[in-house]
Amino acid sequence: MGDGDFVAFIMMPVKRKFDAVIVGGGGAGLRAALQLSGSGLQVAVVSKVFPTRSHTVSAQGGITAALGNVTPDNWHWHMYDTVKGSDYLGDQDAIEFMCRHAAEAVIELEHMGLPFSRLDNGRIYQRPFGGQSMNYGGAQATRTCAAADRTGHALLHTLHQQNLKARTHFFDEYFALDLLRDADGYVLGVTALCIETGAPLVIEARATLLATGGAGRIFRYSTNAHINTGDGLGMVLRAGLALQDMEFWQFHPTGLPGSGSLITEGVRGEGGYLVNNRGERFMERYAPHAKDLAGRDVVARAVALEIHAGRGCGPHGDTIHLKLDHLGAALIKDKLPGIRELALRFAGVDPIDEPIPIVPTAHYMMGGIPTNLHGQVVMPARFGPEEPVPGLYAVGECACVSVHGANRLGGNSLLDLVVFGRAAGNHIIETLRENPFARLLPESAAEGALTRLERWNKTGAGENVADLRLTLQTLMQRHCGVFRTEVLMREGIAALDILQTRLEGVRLADHSQVFNTARIEALELENLFVVARATLVSALARTESRGAHARDDYPERDDDHWLKHTLYTSENDQIDTKPVRLKPLTVEPFLPKERTY
Amino acid sequence: MRFSIYRYDPEQDAKPHMQVYDLDIDPAGNMLLDALLMIKDTLDSTLTLRRSCREGVCGSDGMNINGSNGLACITPLADLKQPVEVRPLPGLPVIRDLVVDMTPLNQQYRSVEPWLNNADPAPEIERLQSPEQRAQMDGLVECIQCGCCSSACPSFWWNPDKFVGPAGLLAAYRFIADSRDQTSDRRLDNLQDPYRLFRCHGIMNCVTVCPKGLNPTAAIGKMKTLLVKRGA
Repeated sequence: MGDGDFVAFIMMPVKRKFDAVIVGGGGAGLRAALQLSGSGLQVAVVSKVFPTRSHTVSAQGGITAALGNVTPDNWHWHMYDTVKGSDYLGDQDAIEFMCRHAAEAVIELEHMGLPFSRLDNGRIYQRPFGGQSMNYGGAQATRTCAAADRTGHALLHTLHQQNLKARTHFFDEYFALDLLRDADGYVLGVTALCIETGAPLVIEARATLLATGGAGRIFRYSTNAHINTGDGLGMVLRAGLALQDMEFWQFHPTGLPGSGSLITEGVRGEGGYLVNNRGERFMERYAPHAKDLAGRDVVARAVALEIHAGRGCGPHGDTIHLKLDHLGAALIKDKLPGIRELALRFAGVDPIDEPIPIVPTAHYMMGGIPTNLHGQVVMPARFGPEEPVPGLYAVGECACVSVHGANRLGGNSLLDLVVFGRAAGNHIIETLRENPFARLLPESAAEGALTRLERWNKTGAGENVADLRLTLQTLMQRHCGVFRTEVLMREGIAALDILQTRLEGVRLADHSQVFNTARIEALELENLFVVARATLVSALARTESRGAHARDDYPERDDDHWLKHTLYTSENDQIDTKPVRLKPLTVEPFLPKERTY
Repeated sequence: MRFSIYRYDPEQDAKPHMQVYDLDIDPAGNMLLDALLMIKDTLDSTLTLRRSCREGVCGSDGMNINGSNGLACITPLADLKQPVEVRPLPGLPVIRDLVVDMTPLNQQYRSVEPWLNNADPAPEIERLQSPEQRAQMDGLVECIQCGCCSSACPSFWWNPDKFVGPAGLLAAYRFIADSRDQTSDRRLDNLQDPYRLFRCHGIMNCVTVCPKGLNPTAAIGKMKTLLVKRGA
């Protein structure tokens, strides 16, 4: 294709029209899509991978709901644990909403066919997870519903199957580039790229829902899939909108060294525990009550401290051992078969006989695109605290509603996907009924995205995507990891400034239109850059330690100054704040107090 | 290590060819996917493949490795004879390099109506299922739809439009085996013709290659038995 042809090609992308478009085919996107398809609306799901390749598939331990199948339970206790787990940064109205609707959301999944493991009485199997208590901080609760240790796989496949049944329209292997907006700020759909043919596509819709998942690939060592590059976050920042609480990244205590694969908290829920090189069960020192089932932030820091103190295991003393051989072969094969498979393959140990070496590994983004309970993206308004961005929704890990606050509890992520996926679906249905007519799409709405795409057609010598990506990931791991200081982060931002200028000089060697993954990786790298920047700048601004954000120079939580959310916008790296919603929907608030396990 | 990799870009190439790469990588502790991504990152960014979870649960990177289908991300380099020959999954149209068109597999999957049917009023709690009933689905629900099995099956190569193939049939049996599903009869009806189920001749390539250790042939055998029993 000659240059002239290309111009003609990008000037007139094919246009498709739907009632709603969902970007992302993981648990959140598919749950929302199901709600919309079921109501008779035309819904398109745009996913850069075939939906069952989405990262939800890797979730292991389960989905939390106070079913009370094993121990007495109710959603109030779940709510208390989630508020405490969030280090009081979670919005209590959203947390009440999630915990209140948890049981019905899980039952609904079961009715859809999700193959949960079962108890002897035929009810859904539940296991204990970190941060779970009975009676507001009492004895350990057993609240996480599981399909062996493959709950995410079971959930994602079930939702995909239900969407096939509902005849949802899938755009599989289409990469979303940017939001379409008009002069009044209404979001009118997305521009996307067909990966197979290289053709751009304009998808018009009266509602646009982002469900693009996390961005753990900003770090060198991450449990996340290769595809977790924060594409929806990039789209939002490029539209001039803000991201919330981006300093809060959960480092999971138990990732495999090297590959980064996750070893579920469910291992500790089933009775496994951590030991250092002296064989000491050290969590007893850090969390005398909950021990290995304290909050993930607490356990991850303890693991890091043990390694730093020279009590690490292995030939280099740089891991900690997760011991579960005492659980017996039968339990491991029945309840943790996936873990055994991962340990055998990626660590070369059979957990039936030997401990699994683990290290804290970047796992989950608590921050994201700010939304309200209905999944509507909200932004600071000139008058009043905030107002919805018309036409735009976000759900799942890419969103910040905020139920996880400064630290997410295990099992609450899958719950977040289905509860708010459904809520957003319902809100879109209502909104579209009240607003049946589409607004006019401005001729130039796709221009920005197409120009950005065209930039990658430049030929000639330059740096390559993979080098910059690795440099960026290494930078973030070093300058914005488990422990942070002002000096470290300022150095990180300076290094990022330099790296940013190098991005301009990156050139692709692959200019084929057919399934050009080099170009997709370049577009993903652009998204990784802006997410990394949002993370560093937000982390530098928050001069306290709370949840997963641990600063050596500000080791204490500072409720007087920082019981609030941060909002980051790209222009001038601006940081704003907004208050935490401490008032639940119907119950009494849980007031901040010291957080111990 | 030496790799010989199938290359084909329809925009550039009249026909496919094998390309040799020599890569400085320690086979110990590395998987084939690590090597392929290292080639893409450091030697040749045009090498095209799918990948996502890199731990054997998403099913993206099914390919033909030294003559046998498998997932690159859980195939240890140390187990592979050199030069490691890597080709796309056989029997499917190649889009580019190691990327194949999965449409025939997806259509057959869809054709078995892979979703739970239960017409009873939904109870306010879960539908009860004993651990023994749930165990009937072990070895069925773990499928990751990577396509390694169907694309190793000669019956599927010959009749991808008429024979459901091992992946789709495993899914069909997953719902027959589910005590909560009420449409086993209809599911069996849907398989009752000379091709959809009965083109399986028990070659068992599917069992040999399945990266999750599943057994589609056994599931197929059980459905054949059910059809015979009900006096087809």
